[in-house]
Amino acid sequence: MKNIWSFFMGTLVLISKGSKAYYIWVGSLLGLAGLGVIGYLYQLNQGLAVTAMKDQVSWGFYISNFTFLVGVAAAAVLLVIPAYVYHWKPIKEIAVLGELLAISAICMCLMFVTVDIGRPDRFWHLIPKIGLLNFPQSLLAWDVVVLNIYLTLNLVIAVYILYETYYKRVPNKSFTTPLLLLSIPAAISIHTVTAFLYNGLGARPFWNASILAPRFLASAFCSGPAFMILLFLLIRKYTKFRIQDEAIHKVAELIAYAMFINLFLFGAEVFKEYYTGSVHLAPLEYLLQGLHGHNALVPWIWTALIFNISAFFIFLIPETRKNNVTLVIGCMLIFTGVYIEKGMGLVIPGFVPDVLHEIYEYAPTGIELLVSMGIWSAGLLIFTMLLRVAIPILNGDFHVADDGVGSHIGDQMFFIGKKAREEAVNSE
Amino acid sequence: MSNCCKQPALGIDRRTALKGLATGVAALALPASNASASVWEAFFQKHFRELSKDELKQVLARLTKEYSQEFGKEVSVKATPAIEGVTYGYGLDLSRCIGCRRCVYGCVAENNQSRDPQIHWIRVLQLEQEKGTALEYAEHYYNPQTVPEEGHFYMPVQCQQCSNPPCTKVCPVQATWPEKDGIVVVDYNWCIGCRYCMAACPYGARHFNWGKANVPADELNPDTHYLGNRPRPIGVVEKCTFCIQRTREQPGRYPACEEICPVGARKFGNLNDPESEMRYLIENKRVFILKEELNTQPKFFYFYAT
Repeated sequence: MKNIWSFFMGTLVLISKGSKAYYIWVGSLLGLAGLGVIGYLYQLNQGLAVTAMKDQVSWGFYISNFTFLVGVAAAAVLLVIPAYVYHWKPIKEIAVLGELLAISAICMCLMFVTVDIGRPDRFWHLIPKIGLLNFPQSLLAWDVVVLNIYLTLNLVIAVYILYETYYKRVPNKSFTTPLLLLSIPAAISIHTVTAFLYNGLGARPFWNASILAPRFLASAFCSGPAFMILLFLLIRKYTKFRIQDEAIHKVAELIAYAMFINLFLFGAEVFKEYYTGSVHLAPLEYLLQGLHGHNALVPWIWTALIFNISAFFIFLIPETRKNNVTLVIGCMLIFTGVYIEKGMGLVIPGFVPDVLHEIYEYAPTGIELLVSMGIWSAGLLIFTMLLRVAIPILNGDFHVADDGVGSHIGDQMFFIGKKAREEAVNSE
Repeated sequence: MSNCCKQPALGIDRRTALKGLATGVAALALPASNASASVWEAFFQKHFRELSKDELKQVLARLTKEYSQEFGKEVSVKATPAIEGVTYGYGLDLSRCIGCRRCVYGCVAENNQSRDPQIHWIRVLQLEQEKGTALEYAEHYYNPQTVPEEGHFYMPVQCQQCSNPPCTKVCPVQATWPEKDGIVVVDYNWCIGCRYCMAACPYGARHFNWGKANVPADELNPDTHYLGNRPRPIGVVEKCTFCIQRTREQPGRYPACEEICPVGARKFGNLNDPESEMRYLIENKRVFILKEELNTQPKFFYFYAT
């Protein structure tokens, strides 16, 4: 108990220390998150009427973001599999970063759901025994369960490994291995269940296609890893942490395969709807071409498709995937492309046209954008805090002091310039 | 925080202000006045079907008092249970309906839907005779001087009271369910406002309180049912209940939409009673249901009597 306490106090001291760039970054995130809170308080006061959602389009930007982020969270598994199933060392060294990303993404998911519900004061109705969770009937109940299991698994694994490393002990494999193996089906389940949540609705032909869950998984294995590569490159550049090229290139290669499957499945869906040409084509037509003069999503989805196809080639060709410039471009294209495709591009056409074939064109209001920006900032803040502790621990810059009580903090800066980083690396 | 209990402008009364506060920062509010006691009672209220007889009595008394104070007139809140052996069914004669929308507004008046923002439980579709009941050609906002319009016919759509309702299945907290008499109801005090049921309903029958409901006190129908037309809180889903506050009375009354229809296009009755008008219709006319491919098994039947 005493050990846990001194570890915890040590982390608090650690996150309060950093370079000027670190303070500016954390300060900006806090500021933006604060603005989001103000926006949310306004929404609480006025009701969801301040959003652009209506009975016709009853889920919007919040649930789109939620859906996308479940994918980002699930993608941590793409690091866990090569690291712990195939024991590939270059990725094993960084797998814990994927778990921390999963934790942050799930926190954002939970925040996005919270701001979307009409009665957040009644959240306790979802707690089994205390409330009345409709399990196993409701897929939303399933989602609550699997998201919490996945969050808990990642928290336990990551915190345990970091805690043991801090105390200069080797993490006990007979404890971590089963949990890590369990986190693989858990990751797949969060995305599958989220897909099923839409998939199971006969009222919405756009979602009621069995290809939906595979499409969800394929796109998740693009967006999450793309974010992680960007992160690895940043970490490598601005902190003392070292990540091997091999690891990054392997992740990029996996993205290429996942993107191919994603595009193929989307093509299969497009073929089926257009060739059949039934009334069920309407939502896809709305998405890709516009319907009766309503075409708000058309430029977005084509942007996403062009981004995804370009990124596929960038990651497929070894020269471009190993070139840092094209690699960064590819990651950004994929992250944006999937954000559009698996966010608004997936949620909105489910409601347009609505079940009685009315067309209401949804576009988020300023409040929705403000609150969402706040949540993204809060999520990045959580992730930054986790990395602020994890990276020094993995580097050996943050560990228990020689007296066995206090903590040794070797990294006072965290974010450092390129020059300072080279000096630091050379001096070691 | 301290001025939360002052009478604010814009007609938001003290109770509402408190409630809004409890909604947002329940943990911080800790209000101490008498009015706030009911806020906490509401907060910790159990699911409707888990209330004991005594608890239900207390809840109804609390709501009666709350609504009567809010609207400045006597409001009654009952929780009449389903009548044994009754299953309600509804019939709609498409050859008679003239699209006048009297049912829409009769429903609003009877069931205390919000006037602003406007909520309608019935949507009347104007359809083209040449296209039949194909919904993709429906006109929702037709507004001519007189109805019916040449070449068109009209199809009112409301909750179809499915026997296999996709909406209740998806609710994560069991806040909505089909009653023994077949009416699908919502516990407005248990609904968390996730709107999953609205995504699941194939008929657009569920409506959300995006803003605070607004019903003028002098227009409020004071005869209310807990599961039906009582005033709705913000942030919850509501829907047609076959006028549960009327139809469960003994002797029963017809739903408001049935009663107001000037052409007799609307029929209502007990499907279990072989002598009922509904049974006569089903046996002697040719009825159809909406979106039968979804196997929702509606108890709302459309037919052409002539």
